[in-house]
Amino acid sequence: MGREAVIVGVGDLPLNGGRIVGGGSILQVQARAAKAALDDARIPMSDVDGLLVAGLWGVPGPGLLPSVTLGEYLGIHPRFADSTNIGGAAFEAHVAHAAMAIEMGYCDVALIVYGSNQKSERSRTLGGRPPILTMQFENVWGIPQPVGGYALAARRHMHEFGTTEEQLAEIAVATRGWAALNPAATMRDPITIDDVMNSTPISDPLKLLDCCLVTDGAGAIVMTTADNARAHGSTITHIRGYGEAHTHWSIGAMPDLARLTAAEMASRRAFEMAGITHDAIDLVECYDSFTITVLMTLEALGFCKPGEGGAFVSGQRTAPGGEFPMNTNGGGLSYCHPGMYGIFLLIEAVRQLRGEAGARQVQNVETALVHGTGGTLSSGATVILANN
Amino acid sequence: MSETYEKPQPVIDPGTRPFWDAAREHRLSIPRCRSCGQHHFYPRELCPHCHSDDIEWIDASGRGEVYSYTIARKPAGPVFAADVPYVIAMIALDEGPRMLTNIITSDVEQVRIGDRVSVRFDDVTPELTLPKFTLDKD
Repeated sequence: MGREAVIVGVGDLPLNGGRIVGGGSILQVQARAAKAALDDARIPMSDVDGLLVAGLWGVPGPGLLPSVTLGEYLGIHPRFADSTNIGGAAFEAHVAHAAMAIEMGYCDVALIVYGSNQKSERSRTLGGRPPILTMQFENVWGIPQPVGGYALAARRHMHEFGTTEEQLAEIAVATRGWAALNPAATMRDPITIDDVMNSTPISDPLKLLDCCLVTDGAGAIVMTTADNARAHGSTITHIRGYGEAHTHWSIGAMPDLARLTAAEMASRRAFEMAGITHDAIDLVECYDSFTITVLMTLEALGFCKPGEGGAFVSGQRTAPGGEFPMNTNGGGLSYCHPGMYGIFLLIEAVRQLRGEAGARQVQNVETALVHGTGGTLSSGATVILANN
Repeated sequence: MSETYEKPQPVIDPGTRPFWDAAREHRLSIPRCRSCGQHHFYPRELCPHCHSDDIEWIDASGRGEVYSYTIARKPAGPVFAADVPYVIAMIALDEGPRMLTNIITSDVEQVRIGDRVSVRFDDVTPELTLPKFTLDKD
């Protein structure tokens, strides 16, 4: 082939109690994450000619044009920009878009950046969506957002397939097990199924421990050509396949509340591009905004049949030492969830593929599947990565 | 009816005004596509099924069934705090489309998927009426 786009750098900022250590403005933390990823890639900022940014900051104001604002702040003049925002899955889509741009020769070095200081600044505003346009048919009923939409999906899934709250709890418990192995994770104390079942009810059937954290976080990813990576001595992670889709934003417009159609579409395309089947996947990093997100995603990705997700995750199969390693950094449920989490799925997969994951390292990982979900089960984007 | 209704109110626009105007008259009005015959909700300029622009408004039966529901144990902001626990439901209207709404019931625990429901109009201000639903079994 001609130009092969590869991932060469990942970086994130240390957290303490869910807050970025040392704090900083939303532009400062993104700049620090970008520098960490570029240092990891051994590529200078001055080489960056593609900038991909999505976020929830600076609106109204400079955040309306996030790549333009961040490019200025970083002192670069990108010739490829992408501010695609499909929610938490945006960064998986950014990897796909950057891969196409690099392989087309449209840019040579792409930098993907995300940052949020929502916890430090108490600026989380997802619940305050103004009742305009499509949202006038949602907010007026007092649906807690985004948890209410996920709760509606969970209830429907239970109705159609007999999925239980205990099965959802299995996911929270297993993910906490991984978090215990990650010093950067916000919540590391072990929990039990009973702990989840007895946690504060939020929006039936979802309880507090079914829900992701609300934290800060900043991360970045650097991509370039394989040839350029070798010239810089960067560690290469290959991109074998990708796909994306979105189906709705209003929960009332979701095609089927018991099936994650966007993930079905995105992952089918990614598997076809990679030319592999599920048994070739050694590790899954899958968006866990809520426990039900994970269960529906596993079904949609095809690791089990529709309706079998509950049985699939039972018996702590996704916990450390289990048959199906997943969300090995502790996920959005226990590591961090800074509004849009998808970039951290990619960073963890790259670290696992490089063998840099420390106490939580999964053995013999050659191929990893990353799947982001955004909005209210609205969007999905899959990336399949490999280290050889 | 309260003069100090503090919950979110729809910012009505030209595309949605027929729905809200009908609600004030205690009618549940939804769009129907003359081309493919299917109804949809919320209202759109083009039919989301066949993409025709030949849309008419019809009065729906106001009947349907619970497609899914959640009981809010924590409110969607302070203005809903006094209502907890309350039911947010997605109703599959008999005409086909699904719509989000509230189910008004004295016992939130009795709601089940598949329950038959009927519309009830809640005049929350002189200008705004919210279509909500009650359980036929209630």
